[in-house]
Amino acid sequence: MASAAIEIENLTKDYPFGFLHLRKKTSLEGLTMSVEDGEVFGFLGPNGAGKSTTIKLLVGLIFPTAGTARILGKSINDISMHRDIGYLPEQPYFYDYLTASELLDYFARFHEFTAAERRERVQRMLKKVGLETARKIQLRKYSKGMLQRVGLAQAILHDPKVVILDEPMSGLDPVGRREVRDIILELKRDGKTVLFSTHILSDAEMLCDRVGVIVGGKLRGVGAPDEMVDMKPRGMEILFEYAVGDANLHTLLSKATQTGKRYRLQVAEEEVYATLEQLRGAGAKILSMTQVKATLEEYFMHLVEADRAQAAAVEVSGK
Amino acid sequence: MNRVAVVAWNTFREAVRDRVLYNLVFFALLMIAAAILVGEISIGIEQMVIVTLGLSAISVIGLLIAVFIGVGLVSKEMDKRTLYALLAKPVRRWEFLLGKFGGLLLTLAVNTAAMAAGLFVALRYVKHPLERADLAVLVAVYFILLKLALVVALALLFSCYTTPLLAILFTAALYVSGLFVQEMRTYRSDTMAPAVQTMLRWLSYVLPNFENFDVMASAAHGRAIPGALILQNTAYAAVYCTIVLAAASVIFSRRNLK
Repeated sequence: MASAAIEIENLTKDYPFGFLHLRKKTSLEGLTMSVEDGEVFGFLGPNGAGKSTTIKLLVGLIFPTAGTARILGKSINDISMHRDIGYLPEQPYFYDYLTASELLDYFARFHEFTAAERRERVQRMLKKVGLETARKIQLRKYSKGMLQRVGLAQAILHDPKVVILDEPMSGLDPVGRREVRDIILELKRDGKTVLFSTHILSDAEMLCDRVGVIVGGKLRGVGAPDEMVDMKPRGMEILFEYAVGDANLHTLLSKATQTGKRYRLQVAEEEVYATLEQLRGAGAKILSMTQVKATLEEYFMHLVEADRAQAAAVEVSGK
Repeated sequence: MNRVAVVAWNTFREAVRDRVLYNLVFFALLMIAAAILVGEISIGIEQMVIVTLGLSAISVIGLLIAVFIGVGLVSKEMDKRTLYALLAKPVRRWEFLLGKFGGLLLTLAVNTAAMAAGLFVALRYVKHPLERADLAVLVAVYFILLKLALVVALALLFSCYTTPLLAILFTAALYVSGLFVQEMRTYRSDTMAPAVQTMLRWLSYVLPNFENFDVMASAAHGRAIPGALILQNTAYAAVYCTIVLAAASVIFSRRNLK
């Protein structure tokens, strides 16, 4: 069994608030989980769920109220741990008076590289994130997507073993998202451990070995995306074309969704063959059939709604 | 130490690219105008006028830079979140703070050195030739730099835990009260309660003593400044800055970057 690259134990973060800081808001409550070595782990949750709080605790930007965490066996308070991690902040912003090359060179100076190594790495990273031609432009002229790419480049510049990305897809167009996905897959191929938070569930489904869903500061579920949701097919979706009016098909058509001449019909598995016969008999042209499964999104929404219902119940009983 | 130097160099680069050194143009114009005018209107007091004006300008410009940039050294990085990616690198928080302090001090040193050079050019213009006694002007410039180092350290301390506006107010208040520590120490009044007088005296030892750095009158009159005062002021600034920076470091090391 692979060893854990990130171990989190009972991590809790409260923020005091109010005039005298006597009241507290819990952002993260007793989080215990681990990310295995070489794994791509997706951290899912709605806004304010505690994803960024967890990530900031791991990289040492904030300090836990309780609990501990270790990265590659080292405490998160150990500064030497920072040599082996790469971090992309959410909506990153960098010194806008620097160019992309200057910024990467600046960050590279905190690691023990020679001048030649630094130059070579900066060049390679800029090429990797597609900013080679924009390397001499000051960052104040960069778009949000370009800043995200610079952020990604600085996170992986020193070839870290663990890469932690806070919303790496946010602000990116479809091409940019695809490029980030490719970089994450490349990191996985290189044996790196990747932990990233995201709102985009399809990305998580596509990239992650495992995902963790966090809602209201608490971890609600962890596992492989296909294990977490009920994978038993719910039936089939039949896509067909049909132009002729046939009274016998009236019941079927009323259940289908129509787009032009095309119909999309969802049927239970045991009714598939009978429906196909019926459609063939009426002269419909079958275009495709797809299995219908529960998605990660449905699972996610189920958890979020359950949390909201619980919060509402607590509020009512509190009154 | 290398990491401190990297942060310091970047802070200096930021100041240069934000055109902080453009104030030198203003100073140059002031010195040119003063040198021309002083030759026309005064007889025998050219040196005094040029030195007083030059040193005052060096001090005021330096103070404005030290306070207004100093208070943003940390808070600006937190507001803009430029600090986040940096602190995930193997950089300790105190190294970052020391680097920011060193960077602004380097900026002020370059700025002050350029202004001092301008002052000597103007002095050379109204008075030929320069004498050994003019070295007192150089010492006065050095004292201004020491004073600025203290102001930067204070501004940095406030920058670690409050808003830039409050940090400006606190730094300015400390600077102004630091100009009157001697008075606080020796003030006697029958109407003031003894406890308040004692408190005032203690406070005068805690507050930064900016009075000791003011040798403008000696410099303007070409009077030599004792070596003991140079040593004393250097040691005072070094110890005071160390204490303030240590306090800033303790505060900043515990700060959550939300």
